[in-house]
Amino acid sequence: MPVITAENISKKYVIDHKRSKGGSSVRDWFSEQMENLFRRNNGQADFNDKEDFWALQDVSFEIKQGERVGIVGHNGAGKSTMLKILSRITKPTTGKVAIRGRVASLLEVGTGFHPELTGRENIYLNGAVLGMTRTEIKNSFDAIVDFAGVERFLDTPVKRYSSGMYVRLGFAIAAHLEPEILIIDEVLAVGDAEFQKKSLGKMRDVSESGRTIIFVSHNLTAVQALCNRAFYFEKGRLMDEGDTTHIVSTYLSRVSKTSLEHVWDDISKAPGNERVRLKSLRLLPDYIGELRHIDVRTSMKVSCEFWNLEDTAVLNLSLHLYAYTGECIFNVGTQAQEFSKGIIEATCEIPGYFLNDGSYVISLMIVKNTSEVVYNQEEAIAFDIQDYREGVTWYGKWPGYIRPQLNFSISQTEPVVND
Amino acid sequence: MQMGKTVIIKSDGGEKEYWMDLWRHRQLLWILSKRDISVRYKQTVLGVAWSVIRPLATMIVMTFAFSVVAKLKGDVGIPYPLMVLGGITIWTFFSNTFTQISNSIVINSNLVAKVYFPRLIMPLSAVSVGFVDFLITFSLFLLISIGYYNYWPGTNLVYLPFFILLTFVTSLSFGLFFAAVNVRFRDIGQLIPFLVQVGFYACPIAYSSSQLGMDSRWYQYYIMNPLVSLIDGFRWCMLGDNAFFDPQSLYSTIIVSGIAMCVSIVYFRKKESSFVDHI
Repeated sequence: MPVITAENISKKYVIDHKRSKGGSSVRDWFSEQMENLFRRNNGQADFNDKEDFWALQDVSFEIKQGERVGIVGHNGAGKSTMLKILSRITKPTTGKVAIRGRVASLLEVGTGFHPELTGRENIYLNGAVLGMTRTEIKNSFDAIVDFAGVERFLDTPVKRYSSGMYVRLGFAIAAHLEPEILIIDEVLAVGDAEFQKKSLGKMRDVSESGRTIIFVSHNLTAVQALCNRAFYFEKGRLMDEGDTTHIVSTYLSRVSKTSLEHVWDDISKAPGNERVRLKSLRLLPDYIGELRHIDVRTSMKVSCEFWNLEDTAVLNLSLHLYAYTGECIFNVGTQAQEFSKGIIEATCEIPGYFLNDGSYVISLMIVKNTSEVVYNQEEAIAFDIQDYREGVTWYGKWPGYIRPQLNFSISQTEPVVND
Repeated sequence: MQMGKTVIIKSDGGEKEYWMDLWRHRQLLWILSKRDISVRYKQTVLGVAWSVIRPLATMIVMTFAFSVVAKLKGDVGIPYPLMVLGGITIWTFFSNTFTQISNSIVINSNLVAKVYFPRLIMPLSAVSVGFVDFLITFSLFLLISIGYYNYWPGTNLVYLPFFILLTFVTSLSFGLFFAAVNVRFRDIGQLIPFLVQVGFYACPIAYSSSQLGMDSRWYQYYIMNPLVSLIDGFRWCMLGDNAFFDPQSLYSTIIVSGIAMCVSIVYFRKKESSFVDHI
């Protein structure tokens, strides 16, 4: 029996190009009304100022009791809007959702925490905000405090908490909700590794107790570990749904197609200058088996073709790889060589089991006489590396920029024999 | 597992559900009220004493300015400072709750964006601080009235709860409207302190309504201010029949506040679901 039935849900936002979001002033509103008045007299419509934006379009689905549904999609695909509708924070423009059972939604950790109040007071406050009754909070109070590990600071205002403690307390309260349907948005992205492990474990417990979970996260490892069904949203539409593994790989293959290849056939429009012009930039992953996305095991080639427009030049190519945080992971260069006019190709191999999962950007530099930068193509190729693990029961973010497989041995040197 | 009721989420309707939901969330109302009260005087040295100092200081300054300097007269048989303090007591209750209700949604914007509950909880819980302050000022009033002037309230006192309730209803009926408008237009945040300041002089706090005179041609407009009967009525309850109170002004308050309440609730309910898009 379905616990959630959504029928043709659409949500429209009106984007006002003239006004920034948030509270506006009466003066703006008034002047706008006046403008509209005059416009109408002139018989002109204001197409440019306001624009309808459909955050969700015609989304229908059913979720049965005990299902653990992961929602994946790019930023702006409508995932959060969907969660907001399911948690009743906003209403759909058209369509309807029927929900059977008590819903708790966790769109943020520690919603409603008041910095001046103590940990103890905030447990009651946040619990009530999330829909727990006083008795329920009382009954799980000790468990919450224990889970969060804040016994010593219970009577300290939370504004004096470290951010880690704050998050732990917030999650601990939410974890002790006992709703029939739990809606979670990205909360696992917070806290240290130890805590992420704890919270993922807690979520497994919750799901194993037969409750329905709806989970949005960019952490695909966590989605795969927790969910048995997944929805893939793109541009406000529910594009695909089904088994988690299938949906996640569909999603990933769509992601990786976006920007792995740039080809310029028309030399006059290609990026560059009067000395060199780019012809093509490609990232060619050596996909593993049936997979169509890059994960930590995948080796790949970066290939670059460019036109040398000078008669002779001593050129070399330099490649920088940056993490999305902006740090440079490495910089490699080819040997410098003398070239005549024509097309030049360079290829760099990036092995598998080298980069950690994450988002990366490559920039390429064409250098003359090993010192003069002729052309620099910033952010030439962007790509994501997905996580892959086996034989591990931990799903938090794997730390570090690189993920080498080194010879790291372990053995027992001296067994103690009990008799 | 026990199954809850089915909730239907769609663009309109569900009026009956809404009011039942409001009732189901009464514990949240209580907790938010408690939060506001306990946060109120955190990190202040004088703490609750502020609720005594402010009305007392206002009374002294008013008495000096209007009674000693301007030689305004109060109602016959009532000490002028007592009349002023009575007015301040009920006026402060109104203006505090009105201000807090008007800001309630904007102040709780983090909750609006992240959790669902009937939004009416927020303006309703905003009353708590004003009410606690009122109880303190009211005790101060009793202390001065009985302890210093030996002026005991008479049998009119039994009507006091009615006037307090009506003051609350009046502040809610206007505050609710401003609370909803405030989400969209933050000008309200600027407007309210101004309204409160002007209101202080437009209402019979430093003077008595009797000084205007019931035969004045302004009188019928004057009593359309719903605060007039509330302030006069409060004094009448506490200070006896010597205090001027015209029952006709009370009818006017009930009508004005009643209409304002209906308009505000309809407006608030209409705007409520889009708060999250504007906040």
